[in-house]
Amino acid sequence: MSDRAQMTKGVSAGCQENDPHSAYRVSRYLSLYAALWRNSVIRELGFKVNFLMWIVVEGLWFALQLTFISVLYLHTEHIGSWTKWQVVALVGASHLIQQLFTAIFLTNLAALSEHIRTGKLDFMLLLPVNTRFLVSFRQVDLGGFVNAAGALCVIGYALHRLNHVPGLTQVAGFLLFVLVGVLIHSSLMLMLAATSFWTVRAQGIVWGYYNLFNIARLPDEAFRGLFKAVFTFVLPMLLVSNVPVKMLVDKLSSPLEMLLLLALAALICAASELLWRIALRRYTSASS
Amino acid sequence: MGKYWHVLNLGLQNTMVYRLNFLFRATLGLIPLMAIISVWRAIYADKPGGQVASYELAQMISYYLVITIVDALTAVTEDDWQIAADIKDGNISQFLLKPLDYLAYRFCLFSAGRLVYAAFAVVPTAAFIWLLRDHFVLPPDAASAAGFVVSLALTAMLQFLFSFTLALLAFWVLEVATFIFIAFAFEYVAGGHLFPLDLLPPAVAGALDYTPFPYMLFFPVSVWLGRVSGEAIWLGVLVQFLWVAAAYAVARGVWRRGIRKYSAVGG
Repeated sequence: MSDRAQMTKGVSAGCQENDPHSAYRVSRYLSLYAALWRNSVIRELGFKVNFLMWIVVEGLWFALQLTFISVLYLHTEHIGSWTKWQVVALVGASHLIQQLFTAIFLTNLAALSEHIRTGKLDFMLLLPVNTRFLVSFRQVDLGGFVNAAGALCVIGYALHRLNHVPGLTQVAGFLLFVLVGVLIHSSLMLMLAATSFWTVRAQGIVWGYYNLFNIARLPDEAFRGLFKAVFTFVLPMLLVSNVPVKMLVDKLSSPLEMLLLLALAALICAASELLWRIALRRYTSASS
Repeated sequence: MGKYWHVLNLGLQNTMVYRLNFLFRATLGLIPLMAIISVWRAIYADKPGGQVASYELAQMISYYLVITIVDALTAVTEDDWQIAADIKDGNISQFLLKPLDYLAYRFCLFSAGRLVYAAFAVVPTAAFIWLLRDHFVLPPDAASAAGFVVSLALTAMLQFLFSFTLALLAFWVLEVATFIFIAFAFEYVAGGHLFPLDLLPPAVAGALDYTPFPYMLFFPVSVWLGRVSGEAIWLGVLVQFLWVAAAYAVARGVWRRGIRKYSAVGG
């Protein structure tokens, strides 16, 4: 069995390296992704009611977070220097990032441990496509985009209540940081999911990761000490949604936070790619 | 009665398999708990009077710590999915033939699961509470402690019956997950998971009092904190008991109707 794994690795490594036409490659991957999208749309159309119900569920939990914030602000004027509508924008931004992550990556990365356990990963390794691409993008959860649109509306309303019209650079920066946030979440999640190459029972990991989303939507100024250090520098949960919102509502005191977030994003991406390669090398397929 | 002891025993042994998982889950669950406590600390730091809606900081922190304790002992985690799967896959057919009551059988498994979970969750939770011991309030007197224990048992029953009935929807619809999540979301707010219910405007809190939700979490926690005292404890326990009785009647009724509809797919 191990030589089969060797062989499959050869195939996937080969397709990564000996294709000189990068423009061709990009368009090929784009058309591949379009095909995967079509597939997902057709799949969702088969369960229309269920599709709508999940949107309701996610929307309800979002409303629940907003309720929590409104109740908090019945009893206080500000948390640190954060006012009510700034925090609403923060909850919105956090939801936006979480929903985009859910739409594009969550189902796929959560399924990885199952692919490893059952040996289905063999087939993915055999396909002439970058395996990480396939593992990350196979399915699209369209409901996530609907909920992300809802989050955008909430952010817009919060800005209206703040009487704040952000400039073009602010909006562009916000969107860029939202994408960086999605990238950070997906890289961290890939690393967590990749632990199933070592321990087969990694199912609880998805659930565990969701605990981290709970932190991301809270204002950074509420935290101090070790907790703040860990969730800023190691797992930058207190940066991913805080920085884009601070950018949007003129709360950034120095550009340092932005640079820190970008640097950590680069670091986490590199680490996830490295771990992914090491993990794949370990893969010996199931039932061996 | 003896047969249900066997079921309980079986449940204990089965859930022991997941002990590491439980330890892991309870430890990770402390992260959001720490976060929410930090937020409250930040709010209290700017309160010169040191009170929010008649809660002192220690009481507010204890509120969330006691929730964690009550949750570990009473929250339904896997049972509803398993019940729905039993119905969908036709596994309940065997219970219709055997002299074993499915509701009682499920309750035994639920109790076993909670006992094992609590036994392992106690390690990280106790350590965390010890760290916050300066802000941890104990029940003020024996009556509160006794009231808490009784109300805790009733909360567990209410939680179980609520989830059991919801899972029985699987008799009628193919996919019950969304229904369960929607109901859970309501219970999450109205039960007091997110914040103490007396932080709500009085009209809203008063209206909630006519629903079973506060009795699924908020009530036992309030008893522990001494915010309900004297006769009000036993009055509340009585109301809670009535909700349990009502939930039991509904669960039985839905089960009977479900069985009539049941077609034993694949059973």
